[in-house]
Amino acid sequence: MAGNLVEIKDLHKRFGEQVVLNGVSIDVAEGQNLVVFGKSGTGKSVLLKCMVGLLVPDQGDITIAGEKVLTLSLKELNELRKHLGFLFQSAALYDSMSVRENLSFPLIRNFNFTQGEIDKKVERALDRVGLLFAIDKMPSELSGGMRKRVGLARSIITEPKLMLYDEPTTGLDPITTKEISKLIRDLQAELKMTSVAVTHDLICAQIISDYAIVLHEGNIRYRGDLTQLTLSDDPFLKNFFSSEVFEDSYGS
Amino acid sequence: MQKKSSLEINKAKLLNFFSQIGGMTEFNILFLKNVFKPPYEIGEISKHMYELGVKTFPIVSITGIIIGLVLTLQSQPIMAKFGAEFYLPYTVTLSVVRELGPVITALIFAGRVSSGIGAELGSMRVTEQIDAMEVSAINPFRYLVVTRIIATSIILPILTIYVDALAIIGGWFGSYLTSNTTWDLYYSQVIEVLKFGDIIPGVGKTIVFGYIVGLVGSYMGYFADKGTEGVGKASTNSVVVASLLIIIFDMILVKITLLLWPVT
Ligand SMILES: Nc1ncnc2c1ncn2[C@@H]1O[C@H](COP(=O)(O)OP(=O)(O)O)[C@@H](O)[C@H]1O
Ligand SMILES: [Mg+2]
Repeated sequence: MAGNLVEIKDLHKRFGEQVVLNGVSIDVAEGQNLVVFGKSGTGKSVLLKCMVGLLVPDQGDITIAGEKVLTLSLKELNELRKHLGFLFQSAALYDSMSVRENLSFPLIRNFNFTQGEIDKKVERALDRVGLLFAIDKMPSELSGGMRKRVGLARSIITEPKLMLYDEPTTGLDPITTKEISKLIRDLQAELKMTSVAVTHDLICAQIISDYAIVLHEGNIRYRGDLTQLTLSDDPFLKNFFSSEVFEDSYGS
Repeated sequence: MQKKSSLEINKAKLLNFFSQIGGMTEFNILFLKNVFKPPYEIGEISKHMYELGVKTFPIVSITGIIIGLVLTLQSQPIMAKFGAEFYLPYTVTLSVVRELGPVITALIFAGRVSSGIGAELGSMRVTEQIDAMEVSAINPFRYLVVTRIIATSIILPILTIYVDALAIIGGWFGSYLTSNTTWDLYYSQVIEVLKFGDIIPGVGKTIVFGYIVGLVGSYMGYFADKGTEGVGKASTNSVVVASLLIIIFDMILVKITLLLWPVT
């Protein structure tokens, strides 16, 4: 399919004096899996939050699935949000709800499914992430990796066209990192999703992406095929992929 | 419109007390805009009411008895000195129903509930649960805040009536200890003095106090700063601000009450 599912043009965002995004432009073609690299605090989360309307940029344009996000009314924005999935860095599971309730919450609220259909969808989503046995557990009873999986199951349960991942593997050990990354890759293929993942984890990026950009000081410094970027002779990239990424991901 | 995202209003609003009042006023308007729109979340509201009731029931029960008892024990010698011991049930009942019952219950409620709501919503903010709701096209304000404010506004008056009743019983117990008053006599005196004009404003103002507790706790939690200190701060600030506002509004409401229902 031709066309871009996401088009971001000249995005600017500042908090008071602090300029976080300074003219970021990104296109994501339908079916593409984009990884956005950047050190901690470069504005990766801010970028994702602007895309879903959690933050309002100072300037620029964001188009998702043909809709201009910044000009939508809240109602229209919510309509669009129903077709988006967002995996938060902390998984953001609702503490007061069981795993089952966490997953059925968006279904009950936004769609007109019968209880039977909801149960089936919940079970299927949990089965996909290998956590069907945890269906009646509370979030506090789950490990970090399990929470991420439940968060993943919750965001894919509505079968979104576009998935956004905020550091899907940060804070996880290398083995879990690989497991989660492979799970993300497989789900994306299976559900034919387009995705944007922000991360500073090279392992995760290599598993889930075909295309990468590097965000630095509010701008996109590099874009291209991930392998090319990692093999580049450019001093900045060399430094970025050798030291920081690994230190940040696994703690030195 | 989504022009003012919830994440952004917050930082500046926490800068000083007056901007906090401004923020709370804005929050208040947002509540009024949302409260009459369906879905009404009856399930959530009942759940909160039940939890709030269970959480505060033991402490207000003890307090209720003790207010009446202590008030009687303190006043009895003074009243006796002036030969007015006979009026003890009247003064105790009126003090309790008009003022002490509502205010003390509200302050306890603020300490217990406002901090709880502040911490609960604060941790939901910090762990991005509120963002997650918003991204799932669910209005977190309506689901989390409106339901809590409604619950606190309903449950506090109920608790207050209960505390008033216990305090009157406590008052009798005090009278019994000091002057051997029988329940029947005490009760008949209470009934004689107690008018709707005392009960309605006393209980009525606790709707306002309950509203304050829910609003302040929700506001502090909803706009909590990132990080774990943010949650603690939200919780503490909730109690301080809610208690202060309760006392200020009590003064205002007493003034209004005395105009509308003069003591006869
Ligand atoms: N709601 C906000 N208010 C003020 N500053 C913020 C807010 N969100 C993010 N920032 C600031 O923007 C910068 C980028 O943050 P973020 O996007 O979270 O970084 P990261 O790339 O690690 O995800 C940080 O310096 C952060 O302090
Ligand atoms: Mg981040």
